[in-house]
Order: sequence, then C-alpha cells, then structure tokens
Amino acid sequence: MNIHEYQAKEILAAYGIPVPRGRVALTSDQVERCAKELGGHCVVKAQIYAGGRGKGGGVKVVHHPEQAQELGKELFGKRLVTPQTGPEGLKVRRILVEEAVEIAREFYLSITLDRATSRYCMIACAEGGVEIEEVARRTPEKIHLLNIDPATGLRPYQARKVALKLGLAGSICEDCVLLMLNLYRLCLEKDCFLVEINPLVTTRAGWLLAMDAKITFDDNAIFRHHDYPDMLDYSQLGTLEINAGKYDLSYIKLDGNIGCMVNGAGLAMATLDVLKEYGGEPANFLDVGGGATREKVAEAFKIILEDSDARGVFVNIFGGIMRCDVIAQGIIEAAGEMNCTLPIVVRMDGSQVEEGKRLLAESGLNVQSADNLGDGAARIVAMLKE
Amino acid sequence: MSILLNKDSRVVVQGITGRSGLFHTQQCREYGTQIVAGVTPGKGGIHIEGIPVFNTVEEAVRYTSANVSMIFVPPPGAADAILEACDAGLELAVCITEGIPVRDMVLARMIQEKSSTRLVGPNCPGVITPGVCKVGIMPGYIHTPGRIGVVSRSGTLTYEAVKQLTDVGLGQSTGVGIGGDPIIGMNFIDVLRMFNEDPETDGVFMIGEIGGGAEEEAAAWIKEYMNKPVAAFIAGVTAPPGKRMGHAGAIITGGKGRAEDKIRALTDCGVAVSPSPTRMGATMLELMKGAANKA
Repeated sequence: MNIHEYQAKEILAAYGIPVPRGRVALTSDQVERCAKELGGHCVVKAQIYAGGRGKGGGVKVVHHPEQAQELGKELFGKRLVTPQTGPEGLKVRRILVEEAVEIAREFYLSITLDRATSRYCMIACAEGGVEIEEVARRTPEKIHLLNIDPATGLRPYQARKVALKLGLAGSICEDCVLLMLNLYRLCLEKDCFLVEINPLVTTRAGWLLAMDAKITFDDNAIFRHHDYPDMLDYSQLGTLEINAGKYDLSYIKLDGNIGCMVNGAGLAMATLDVLKEYGGEPANFLDVGGGATREKVAEAFKIILEDSDARGVFVNIFGGIMRCDVIAQGIIEAAGEMNCTLPIVVRMDGSQVEEGKRLLAESGLNVQSADNLGDGAARIVAMLKE
Repeated sequence: MSILLNKDSRVVVQGITGRSGLFHTQQCREYGTQIVAGVTPGKGGIHIEGIPVFNTVEEAVRYTSANVSMIFVPPPGAADAILEACDAGLELAVCITEGIPVRDMVLARMIQEKSSTRLVGPNCPGVITPGVCKVGIMPGYIHTPGRIGVVSRSGTLTYEAVKQLTDVGLGQSTGVGIGGDPIIGMNFIDVLRMFNEDPETDGVFMIGEIGGGAEEEAAAWIKEYMNKPVAAFIAGVTAPPGKRMGHAGAIITGGKGRAEDKIRALTDCGVAVSPSPTRMGATMLELMKGAANKA
C-alpha cells in the first residue's frame, strides 16, 4: 500500500527525521495561503501515487503567493502524466506547499527488503535525485548497500560507516547516523516494505533535510495498523481496482477486450501470455487468489463485467484449494445479476470439476467449457470474432 | 528415493482445527500421507478425525515422533509456528499460510536458517512425492509417480505444468512449490541441488515468473553444477510494466526481473525454455527424448 509524500513526511517527522516546513492544500486558495505563510518563495508539489513528478511538471518553485495560486489552479484541474503513471496520468487532489531550501548537497537513502538475503537492506548514495537508477546502472560502486542483521538491528557504528562514505563529517555525520537509526526503527515499527528519502539533502545552513519521501507499507501487515486504510487516497486508484481491493482480489486494468478471471498470479500471467499467443487481447489481470469463496468469485466476475471494454470473458481455474462447483456457482450468480450476455469460456480443472461443468451447462448462459488452457484461449478468441 | 518426503514421513499439522487446515488434513490423509498429530494451542487433548491434537509441536513430536510439519496457522501467528517447528527439531516444515508480514518472516528466516529444519514456503502449495506422500494443498490426482522433479515459485501454474507432464507420460519424483513470497525458505537452487543428487530423478521442470532475480541465480547454478536436463517456463512475458513507487527494488536487483531477462539467462545456461504455457509438458518430453538419444 502506497501513501502520499506529505503523509510519509508526517511519519518521518514523528520519528525525529527533519523535513521542510510545509502544509497540505486541497484548493488553490489554500495553496495561496500556505505560500503566504511560508513567505512566498516556496515549492509546490502535486501529490500523486507515482514518481517522476518533476519531469511531468508536478513540482515547481514559485516566488509569490499569487504564482502559487495560479499553479494550484492549473494542477488541481489536470491529470498529471509522468514517466511512471502511464499515458492516462493521475488526478491531482492534494498539493503540498513547502518552504524553499538552499541545498548544498543531495543524497539518496532508503531501506527496503533484499529478497536475496531475506533481510532489510539500507541503500545510500552520495548522488541523490531523480537519476538514481541510472547512477546504479552506470556506476554501481557509488551505491552503498548495508544488509541489516535482524538480531542486532542497525548499529550506530554501521550507520556511521555509511554516513562517512557519503562524505559527511563532524556533527552533521552524527546527525545522519541518528537519522538512519530512526529510519530503521520507523521501517520496522510501521511495517514498511520501502522507505525512501530521495533526495536527502544538506542545506547551506548545515542541516539535514528529507526533501522527498516515499513509503510503501507491507499489505500483509495492515492487520496490526488500523490507521492505514484511512490513509489511502482512493482518488489515486481506478474504481475497478478499489472494488477489487475490497474483496482482496488482485486486479490490474489492461488495454484489451477479453476479461480474465484466474486463480493464482502465476497462472493468471500465463493465461494472459497464452491469450496473446492466440491473437487475443486481455482486458485485465485478475487473480481471485487461493481461498476464494463463492462471494469473492461472484464479485470478481462483476468487476470484469463492469469494465465496459470487456467483450467476452475467459475463466481459467485450476482448483487445488478451490472447488470447481463453487466457482461455477459464483459465475452463474454474478452473470445472472448483471444480465450478462457476453460469450464466456470456462476452463476448470480440479476437484468437483464435472459438477462445476454441469452447473454451467444448465445455467442458460452463453458459455462454453474448454478442456485445457490452449483450447480455452482458442475458443474465446474465436467466439469474439463471430 | 525422492526428495524431502517419503513413505516414512510422519506429519504434524499446525493449525489443524482451522477450516482449511482440517479440509487439507483430510485430503492429504486420503492421498496416503501419515498424519500423526495436530497442534492448536488451547485445544490439546482432543481428537479431530481420530488425530490427536496437542498444545505444542514439542509435545506432538514427543508422543507421535512426527518429523514433518504442515502449517496452516493464520498470518498473525504463522511466523511463530515456523519457529516452533524449528525449535522442535522437525526435519521439514511446509508453510502453506499466505499473507505473513515481511517483518515477521525476516526474523523467522534468520532463526530457521541456523536450525536443522528445512522450510518450504510460506505461501506455497506444498510438497508432494506422487503415490507416496502429499504435504500441501495441490490436487493429488494430476500427479503420477515418475522421474521428473518439479520446482516452482507459483501455485496453480504448477498444477498446470504437472498435469501437462502427466498427460505426455512423464511422471514426477517430487514436486516442490517453493512459494511466491519475498522471503521463503528453500529456493530454486536448494531444491535443484537435491534433485541433482536424487538417484530417482532424471530431469527437472522449473516454473518461474517475473520479478526478483531467483531464476537468474538458478540459471547460473545449473550451468555450473547441474548434470541432469532442465526445462523451464517463465510466466509474465506479456505482463505490462507495473506501476511502481521508489527506486530501491530496482537498485538491488540491478534492473533484473523481466521475463525476457530470465528466459535469456536460462537459455544461455542450457535450460530448455517452453515458449508457451501450453507446451510445458511437450518441452520437457522433447528434452528427455533428446537426453535419452544422446545416452
């Protein structure tokens, strides 16, 4: 689960990590007021669930409150397109207005999980800013990685070594050590998958400041953080994605016209692959997961049908933990409720498969059963051509 | 021989009284698995389906000599269940539970790595030695006893692969679903090494998917050490680049993780990669025929 920059900065501040003075605005008038409070010369930052905002015109320095207000009007009205949003962009609903800071140096600092070692890893680089991945590719020796032993946690001496490698010295180096220790504590206590400060800067006045921050929470840990769901900004998600989230389904909208419902992420990806191989274009990725109930399957099917791009539906269920008759009942229920007339191809394998097929055959829906993956893909592509 | 499981495996089910724990306990027992005990804290002393239930794994081991655990404990307690299995000295813990927080697994994995207990999963379909023993949630009927080892990061895609293997006449020695979580116990290389040393395995089918660098590392290991034919499939060739925030993941993996990178790495290391999810069985069959002709 992602949160906005301003929310991430509130959390950083709560952990003693210095961030620029700033306020969140919901209207362009508020943007003006915030800018006035900060003395006029400030940074206006659109809050969206994607990076690359600078390149998309979502981050700008202004010199007067009026200029801030103008920029606010412009940003609130539009969908911001950045290299990470896709061509449709994301709506700007909140703007962060921050004091402008005289920057001396920029660094990169993050903590995330390193799958290879099953440990949290701190990543630091003396060259912060937007091109960090490019730096990592071109000059990997400039990236400092520190695997954190879960038994000891991040130790001050380890943080100090990294801070020294960044070229920090004296009291600001010790400030950075403290910042790193706090960042690790935050990462654990808030169950973060990623916490990233890019850039972390030293100011001309000799302070450390987190100029931009990203936090991704571990979705699996939300059960112990009851405040997280309220932090979600639904305006940043598609409506179908929101519905999918409610039922704990994994849904991603795609460009094609064949709605897909599959159990398991790997099989779902393979299903998209095979549809394309047979000349079809999937309208979505949808994984109903392992322990899906009849209700979940029904909701999944509704989400697929609510997508106006869907001209047909391909269901590919290989039951292990799931029973085929439950899947069939869910499909029949949802299709009935939605008065669905679209062609449907169902490939089911697993327990109670014959019962599932029988229920579908007797349902009166425009449905064909397929014997295997290739057969199913061929059938739905053919039915759409008719 | 097979790997990880055999006819002498004695299984304790952690979380046996939960809905899916009980359902799959019954399924495994029908398949022939010796389920000797269950563990649910607070319910020690009862019997469920004739299986004695204990409060702790230690007790279960003391009274039933269980040596393998199958874990269905819900996410908040699952990492603790893994640690308990390690502490009781089991040979193998298979964790089916999906949705364990990363922070919990970082700790559990640290302790488990230093223990004598092998961990498969979490968030995996489990392990099966066809015709002998099933510890997991995979449908038993698609499997056939035979000489192909199967190792996979995916759940249901593994079933698809196994069914295709069975359909082309290739039985399986053991199937291992290593799980799709960021932190797992045994990885591709751990399982490949066991298959390499198993006299009853002639070849291996490996199923990977986009993300991470595990397939690339496995490819390099195969080139160096594997002396049996390996075929593979990688899911997600047509997956659109995901929406993402932050750079840290890309920095650690050095930009690896795309299907095409994985397929190239595997192909370069002598692995036969199936071009389509419909040809997994056929690819393995061609590879085994070629190997037989060479011999």
